[in-house]
Amino acid sequence: MKKFTSLRSIATPLDRANIDTDAIIPKQFLKSIKKSGFGPNLFDEWRYLDHGEPGMDNSKRPINPEFVLNNPKYSEAQILLTRRNFGCGSSREHAPWALEDFGFRAIIAPSFADIFYNNCFKNGILPVVLSSEIVDGLFEYTGNIIIDLHDQSVTTDTHSFEFNVDPERKRRLINGLDDISLTLQYEDQIRLFETKHFKQYPWL
Amino acid sequence: MSQTLYDKLMSAHIVHDQDGAALIYIDRQLIHEVTSPQAFEGLTLAGRKIWRNKSNLAVPDHNVPTTERSSGVSSIADPVSRLQVETLDKNCETFEINEIQMNDIRQGIVHVIGPEQGATLPGMSIVCGDSHTTTHGALGALAFGIGTSEVEHVLATGCLWQNKAKNMRIEVKGQLANDVSAKDVALYVIGKIGTAGGTGFAIEFCGASIRDMSIEGRMTLCNMSIEAGAKVGIVAVDDKTINYVKGRPFSPVGENWNSAVKYWKTLHSDSDSNFDESILIDASLIKPQVTWGTSPEMVVDINGSTPDPKLEKDEVKAESIRNALKYIHLKPNTSMSSVAIDKVFIGSCTNSRIEDLRIAASVAKGKKIAHNIKLALVVPGSGLVKKQAEDEGLDKIFKDAGFEWREPGCSMCLAMNADKLEAGERCASTSNRNFEGRQGQGSFTHLVSPAIAAASAIAGHFSGVES
Repeated sequence: MKKFTSLRSIATPLDRANIDTDAIIPKQFLKSIKKSGFGPNLFDEWRYLDHGEPGMDNSKRPINPEFVLNNPKYSEAQILLTRRNFGCGSSREHAPWALEDFGFRAIIAPSFADIFYNNCFKNGILPVVLSSEIVDGLFEYTGNIIIDLHDQSVTTDTHSFEFNVDPERKRRLINGLDDISLTLQYEDQIRLFETKHFKQYPWL
Repeated sequence: MSQTLYDKLMSAHIVHDQDGAALIYIDRQLIHEVTSPQAFEGLTLAGRKIWRNKSNLAVPDHNVPTTERSSGVSSIADPVSRLQVETLDKNCETFEINEIQMNDIRQGIVHVIGPEQGATLPGMSIVCGDSHTTTHGALGALAFGIGTSEVEHVLATGCLWQNKAKNMRIEVKGQLANDVSAKDVALYVIGKIGTAGGTGFAIEFCGASIRDMSIEGRMTLCNMSIEAGAKVGIVAVDDKTINYVKGRPFSPVGENWNSAVKYWKTLHSDSDSNFDESILIDASLIKPQVTWGTSPEMVVDINGSTPDPKLEKDEVKAESIRNALKYIHLKPNTSMSSVAIDKVFIGSCTNSRIEDLRIAASVAKGKKIAHNIKLALVVPGSGLVKKQAEDEGLDKIFKDAGFEWREPGCSMCLAMNADKLEAGERCASTSNRNFEGRQGQGSFTHLVSPAIAAASAIAGHFSGVES
């Protein structure tokens, strides 16, 4: 798994609540059997003026100049700043794959949908929950933001905010640990549980 | 110590408890073609084996065509879709996983076939790389959707790390009116608590209305719990649950059946168990519902109207209303029954079971779809649902009324196959998401029950059943 320790970047402000994973990566791109290459189709229906399909040359498609991701000002941004309940809807991990492939390593919002939040950690993306008031303030701010996972802090030129993160998730993300290898350290315990479980519930 | 149903289900599966997170054992993983290829690829790259083949059951559903497909996978016209289904077939063969293939009569939407085959049993922990896995909670199972990394994790370890959810109880008190279905209850609840109202919670549905509800109705309700953001939606086991499960291909028999039933009867919240949040809903207030906007929480009674953003005091909400109305091409204060529709979709993991088709057929019987309806699709949830419906003559009723009768699959719910809306088309859909572009870029989705979908197909605009 990709590590995340800290980053310094401006944030792309995507001022909209309840952004669903269908919007993040529309269904036609889910037909891929690969994990990579979703970045050019991130927010496809908002980013381009035509209808996108897999295999198109995205560099030749008409872009929507009004959509914030197309603003050259934010072309180097690694942080996405957005509103509540980001990532709701479908469980598709293609959503964090697309965000990561595009270049985002952290997302700041007042809340995230559960499955999406979880999927981010598996892909080296840090989802940061800050209060609506702080997020409102960050929407007014245009400078660099430093996100430090070790200190659990988000720092602007003038303020510093703390955020919460599950200690185990933090440990895995900072060290880039592989979930499956970690779980397989419990192999004997799983076998033991299984024996007991199937004895108790033999119909399973 | 008294426990909620969710707590009981979690406790029964904890392999290892650690601060905050628990490693839980997964009894069943359901697999489909869209969210699994990268998981199998990950296993292959790391040289890992499947922990327990028997726990897994696979079926292609998202990409399959609903039109003529007797020539099998080669009848999928889109080569990218075809490759995904072929990849599932190949992976299941390589990793020796039980797969119900596309032309098997048991094939269907993963959340329809699980319960139908008895592969979903009360008390089980069930996951699938699909958010609508909450459906299976209707049978008193611990069931939730996961991402592809977790699909791989479950394949490799048989387990998953989970943070415990909080408990929410939603009691639907009293009796539902005759024309109100489980779908209406689901939409009404989401309208009340919002699409993030259940985030971080396991929702248990209870109360007289839920007890009176059929198992298929409970599946519709639990299916939509994810649209309220909930981790799981569950209903306690009762005699209906046990009768539903009995005699299905994967269900236990003989002595195992007796011990299973004994255990399943304990799968309810203890009377004095503690919920972090309780919501009481009066069943008599629930009317048939229709969504007006681009989120399942944007919902009104079928006789209602679109909202007026000017009357909304919260500016973020007002802006959401304006955006949604703009996208969906409706003005504020528009009566929903005056809104004409172009297409009708009856299907999806929410509403494609036999009872759904029966009720839609009862509304359509002897009538014709309106002239302005370009297409009215009925897509059964599985080959077995299709056969049952045909045995009952429902296909004939639909076809006589002008509906198209199709092969099973996810179909126009998310339009990964050829069934989709064109830009500007408006659809009355029994599916679960009305997000922008969900059924086709630039299209407009309105979520309704099967009865309302059928009635609206006949009327040519949104309509309750009576009129």
